[in-house]
Amino acid sequence: MKKQSQPTDAAGIRDNRERMLERAMSRHNYSGDALIEVLHTAQELYGYLTPELLKTVSRRLRLPPSRVLGVATFYHFFSLQPKGEHTFIVCTGTACYVKGAMGLVEHLERRCNCRAGGTSPDGKVSVATARCIGSCGLAPAVIYDGNIMGRVKPEELDAELARIGVK
Amino acid sequence: MTPEELDQLQLEEQQRQQALEERIYCCTAASCLSAGAARVKQALTDEVKAQGLEGKVEVCGTGCMGLCSRGPLVKLGSTGELFGGLDEKTAPALLRKAPEEKTALDACRIDTGAPFFIKQHKIVLANSGRVDPERLADYIAAGGYQALARALTEMKPQDVIAEIKASGLRGRGGAGYPTGLKWELVARQPVSPRYVICNADEGDPGAFMDRSVLEGDPHRVLEGMALAGYAVGAQQGYIYVRGEYALAIERLQAAIKQAEREKLLGNRILETSFQFRVDIRVGAGAFVCGEETALIASVEGKRGQPRQRPPYPPERGLWGKPTLINNVETFANVPAIILNGAKWFSSIGTASSKGTKVFALAGRIRNTGLIEVPMGTSLRTILFDIGGGVPEGSNFKAAQTGGPSGGCIPAEHLDTPVDYESLQQVGSFMGSGGLIVMDDTSCMVDVARFFMEFCMDESCGKCIPCRAGTVQMHDILLRITRGEAKEEDLELLEQLAHLLRETSLCGLGQAAPNPVLSTLRFFRSEYEAHVRDHICPAGHCRMNGRKGGHR
Repeated sequence: MKKQSQPTDAAGIRDNRERMLERAMSRHNYSGDALIEVLHTAQELYGYLTPELLKTVSRRLRLPPSRVLGVATFYHFFSLQPKGEHTFIVCTGTACYVKGAMGLVEHLERRCNCRAGGTSPDGKVSVATARCIGSCGLAPAVIYDGNIMGRVKPEELDAELARIGVK
Repeated sequence: MTPEELDQLQLEEQQRQQALEERIYCCTAASCLSAGAARVKQALTDEVKAQGLEGKVEVCGTGCMGLCSRGPLVKLGSTGELFGGLDEKTAPALLRKAPEEKTALDACRIDTGAPFFIKQHKIVLANSGRVDPERLADYIAAGGYQALARALTEMKPQDVIAEIKASGLRGRGGAGYPTGLKWELVARQPVSPRYVICNADEGDPGAFMDRSVLEGDPHRVLEGMALAGYAVGAQQGYIYVRGEYALAIERLQAAIKQAEREKLLGNRILETSFQFRVDIRVGAGAFVCGEETALIASVEGKRGQPRQRPPYPPERGLWGKPTLINNVETFANVPAIILNGAKWFSSIGTASSKGTKVFALAGRIRNTGLIEVPMGTSLRTILFDIGGGVPEGSNFKAAQTGGPSGGCIPAEHLDTPVDYESLQQVGSFMGSGGLIVMDDTSCMVDVARFFMEFCMDESCGKCIPCRAGTVQMHDILLRITRGEAKEEDLELLEQLAHLLRETSLCGLGQAAPNPVLSTLRFFRSEYEAHVRDHICPAGHCRMNGRKGGHR
């Protein structure tokens, strides 16, 4: 199949993402019922939901902006702020709590100089907590950049932090 | 595919598997994967190639084998031997003949005659660890889609409902509503279209049963949903899965595609006039969406806020149409009931709770993992025989069931049989099946605070008792754990608990006080020690003036 040469500049990449978002909305016939699916796609493409994105979605799906913002803020999964380069998600489900997950949260907060739910001042690391990731057999568990670490000790977190250059 | 072709495929796949010299099953459920199961599977596959055993030995992935604490688990199909804790260096020894290689494996061998295995009874998990969840043929070889074929060719929809009613199956999501009655309610509605929804929004912290079923045996859930669709006259089904369960979503998507290709879902299922489609809806992280009306709102693309019931979803559900909502484990029971009959199912369990229940064992317990036991099994059997008890050097304090809606059961009630009614009598709740063990390092006041914090964060904000009440209760609990509370705070806490229970709109708020009430009932002395003496008996809470307060 012949394609136009792939755009490489920043503006080109943005166009591509816009096109993919548009495709996702058209797949759902621009139905307001698909708002959550569309926001999932938007966040996958852009990393987080900007006000402009929310406005676009609201216009294309013909929903009031209040409804789009309402849904985006209701669900934990959607983020309205940019994330750090790396993300630690500490599971705070019951099994992990019983095995000391709160200590890991405190440790990361101290090391990254930010509260859980936030990002380190240099934008390098985001620290978040999750409601049970279902890996209770591995408690306490941490998801580091999408990979599950099991039976985590603070030293292992330090090792990962050292690898990405956090002092 | 016609029913005859289904039989043919089943026979062919069974013969193919029997002709193999060895079939090695590697657990590739989430827990074993994070313990390195993918590398073990790759090492075994490479070893098969290196020895030129292709066609004789097959390495395949399977769903959860249960004993997650010993993962990654590997099972030999020929002998049924089970090995745990292997890595890419040790695993290839399974395929080597030298005696010293064999003895090296002995340390990894797991005794399958241990109570952990023999005290279980598997219906929902029957295929977990035995079939490759990514291969439809595996499920068919194990008798998959035979129940659907039987229903479509030999039974009328009302026969299917009658069978489910007679089986005594009750909802496995926690509340235990009789499944057959719910199906009948939906089928009786004069309105169409009707919908079937599978609730896979497993939100209780400490519960991973549904995730394991979806990851390990997705076709079983799809078959159960199709049977429900046939029974209630629905042509469209939705599975609402938590966004956190990426692997489960991936395997479900693959399973739906395979089933559609073979005409086990979609139009003209098994060459009959029945049609049923299943679509996945991915949740976006809201505990309240486990409540059925909130879940429906979320499928419709709205904020997941519950609404007043009645009307219940069987009358007015998705887009105002009659809707059947059952949870993953409920649907997973259905094919086995249709295939083996209501009599067989109702012979398992107790007088009011039939069949089995899957539990996720976690916390301070030796054998963490996934188990399935007949209803009515005592907590003692589950925790001490199957679970292996608490690790050396600590003492059992309480078992927590039902997540943030449940309670803590102390040692003196360990002989409670696990069924819907008995658990309620000891102030707890069956819930979806999370079972977390706490030892004497856990402070029960802080456990109550932990769950109240959860409910406070997850309250949707629609009704005031829940929105404001959870905040007030959490505030009091926080002050108790900091040693700043007064005697009358305990009274206020109890008052608020009853207020929330009586006046909240949905189950989240009504059940939010349960952990508080149950710990007050069984561990009141711990509360009093915090309030009167500013001491945390478990040594967990940092009292003000000593270490600068609780975090």
